[in-house]
Amino acid sequence: MTTQKKISVLTSAAIPLNLNNIDTDQIIPARFLKGTTKTGLGEKLFYDLRYTHSGEPVEGFVLNQPRYQRYQKKNYSSDFPQILVSGHNFGCGSSREHAPWALRDYGIQVILAISFADIFKNNALKNQLLPIALPESVIFDLLSAIEESPDLKITVDLPNQSVQISALSSLDTQTPNASTQFLTQSFTIDPFRKKCLLDGLDDIQYTLTHNDKILAYENSLIKL
Amino acid sequence: MASSDTSPAAQDSHLNKVSGLCETSSQKTKRTLYQKIWESHLVHQEQGAPAILYIDRHLIHEVTSPQAFQGIRERGLTIRRPDKTFGTVDHSIPTTDRSLPIEDAAAASQIQTFEANCNAFDIEFFGVNSNKQGIVHVIAPEQGLTLPGMTIVCGDSHTSTHGAFGALAFGIGTSEIEHVFATQCLLQSPSKTMNVVVEGKLSPMVTAKDIILAIIAKIGMDGGTGYVIEYSGSAIRSLSMEGRMTLCNMSIEAGARAGMVAPDEITINYLRDKPFAPKGPHFDRLSKTWLALATDAGAVFDQTVVLDGETIEPMVTYGTNPGMAIGISETIPNADQFSSADEKAEFKNALAYMQLKENQPIKNTPIDVVFIGSCTNARIEDMREAASIARLGNVSAAVRALVVPGSYLVKDQAEEEGLHQVFIEAGFEWREPGCSMCIAMNGDRIDSGQACASTSNRNFKGRQGIGGRTFLLSPAMAAAAALHGKLVDVREMALM
Ligand code: SF4
Repeated sequence: MTTQKKISVLTSAAIPLNLNNIDTDQIIPARFLKGTTKTGLGEKLFYDLRYTHSGEPVEGFVLNQPRYQRYQKKNYSSDFPQILVSGHNFGCGSSREHAPWALRDYGIQVILAISFADIFKNNALKNQLLPIALPESVIFDLLSAIEESPDLKITVDLPNQSVQISALSSLDTQTPNASTQFLTQSFTIDPFRKKCLLDGLDDIQYTLTHNDKILAYENSLIKL
Repeated sequence: MASSDTSPAAQDSHLNKVSGLCETSSQKTKRTLYQKIWESHLVHQEQGAPAILYIDRHLIHEVTSPQAFQGIRERGLTIRRPDKTFGTVDHSIPTTDRSLPIEDAAAASQIQTFEANCNAFDIEFFGVNSNKQGIVHVIAPEQGLTLPGMTIVCGDSHTSTHGAFGALAFGIGTSEIEHVFATQCLLQSPSKTMNVVVEGKLSPMVTAKDIILAIIAKIGMDGGTGYVIEYSGSAIRSLSMEGRMTLCNMSIEAGARAGMVAPDEITINYLRDKPFAPKGPHFDRLSKTWLALATDAGAVFDQTVVLDGETIEPMVTYGTNPGMAIGISETIPNADQFSSADEKAEFKNALAYMQLKENQPIKNTPIDVVFIGSCTNARIEDMREAASIARLGNVSAAVRALVVPGSYLVKDQAEEEGLHQVFIEAGFEWREPGCSMCIAMNGDRIDSGQACASTSNRNFKGRQGIGGRTFLLSPAMAAAAALHGKLVDVREMALM
């Protein structure tokens, strides 16, 4: 696993994955699920979108652009994009947590999408992978802005629940010194989940602080 | 502990709580089935935190559990309630001769790790050599491990299947498996509720599979996101438990957290005499409380969707997600029928992948492989339904057809009824139980470009093998496709 650093404020370029209904079978195909650990899955991320049946890289698939190749290029530099942008219903299908593990292993910390499937969202939040739903128009603008200017930087500010897109700084090269203009978009997140992410709080530790309540509940059950 | 299989696990009951709550609050609040189960399992809820919900049944399998066992070890914890935890091997297990060693080293190691973990933590499991092994969502109901009013979780999205019994059942990730191991609870926020009402009498050869495909086609593959669905109406009530399981199984294909059907006499009759179900007077007492779980008249759902059961025909998917489904007599839509540029593009992309054309009839599409199996459609009724068609002819020379029963109990029952002979004589392969070609992890898969008529639940690109094209349909429709080498309307066959 790559660094399990906590998310607080993150500034990074983003990978544009302009597709809807990305299911977990696409994120990590089932035949790579035979391991018994969480590691090394990034290499197989989006495998069947990245490679043809005969193992040739699929031309035109975004992760095959040199700047987004992590494993082939051994690109572990700190400015490797840590944000993924995608469409509707990201992470639908199977409940495999291998999907967020693979994304994290590839270096992704934040996913900006129009909507997320339920189980995926839960799984992501438990792996320091932040799923942020943004309005369709913002995602569309963002995808085209990245297309034009792949170095475009996005700042995700979890404490303030905002996403800032540095629109002018990289788009308008005529006036590089113009004070950077941002599109700022707020997002919502469950307050408990936010606290867990910021404090590195663990669900199991939290629940076990209420062990007395669990015991009381178990005792209240009528034995048949 | 290997599977001793005979001693019923100690059953705790929340149901007296449930019915108690009913009496005191029925005047004030009308509650849905979901809300009743939720409230009776609420352990604690702090301000600003999710609810701590008690879990009655935890089902585990080889693919999603190893990292959770590892996590428990690393934390120095143990499994809180192994007595409420049951396991089986299904995803990566071969469906060929079980007496032979497993060839795939990774699969073999995963299965071995699973069995060792279960033994180490004293969890009862139905292993490679158990005569009760099968797909996790097939075996738990047939063993009576799935009971009405329970909360049931498993590291598998099709856990929604168990909602057919009026249980709250949903899939969880590996971190949550570890959480249930450690605490026998989950942190949850309540879902919204959706009532899907299907009224009317179904036409002959129209099955639960067709109902659920029609529902997903109507509400879309994310139409249920954030919801727990309750299925109601006369068409649902008339379904057997097998049919209700097929229905609830695919709730996740509409994005829903869970699907449920209120318990009734059909539920109770199914459960009586199941090995792990309560027995005798206990059973009778409990079954009364099960009936009281039904949604109160006048309870309010966040959303209601109504379908006319009489107009549903045998369904088949044409695209690369389960929402892309039409009746067998219909033609494939065209891009103009989709409003956004995005949807148009996705539709065209799906058709290109499926090698289909707009405005063409779906009927007569050539098929290379037929798969009858999976947690959606590999129960005894599915076997009977498929066999009733298989006996009408022989598998087309161009087709490879597999029947993979969902469990050894299903397989044994089918063999007792002679169904395996029907399949074998018609030219189907009769396999050992497992997930098989539903997920193509175990070597059972289709080749690139091949078209598969499949009774499973996901038609995602490459799900059944890289480059493979999947058409989802009912067991009867799949068997009909096997005999003809193409998609046909099973209603026409049955008349022949
Ligand atoms: S049969 Fe298919 S959908 Fe069902 S549990 Fe197995 S792999 Fe999952």
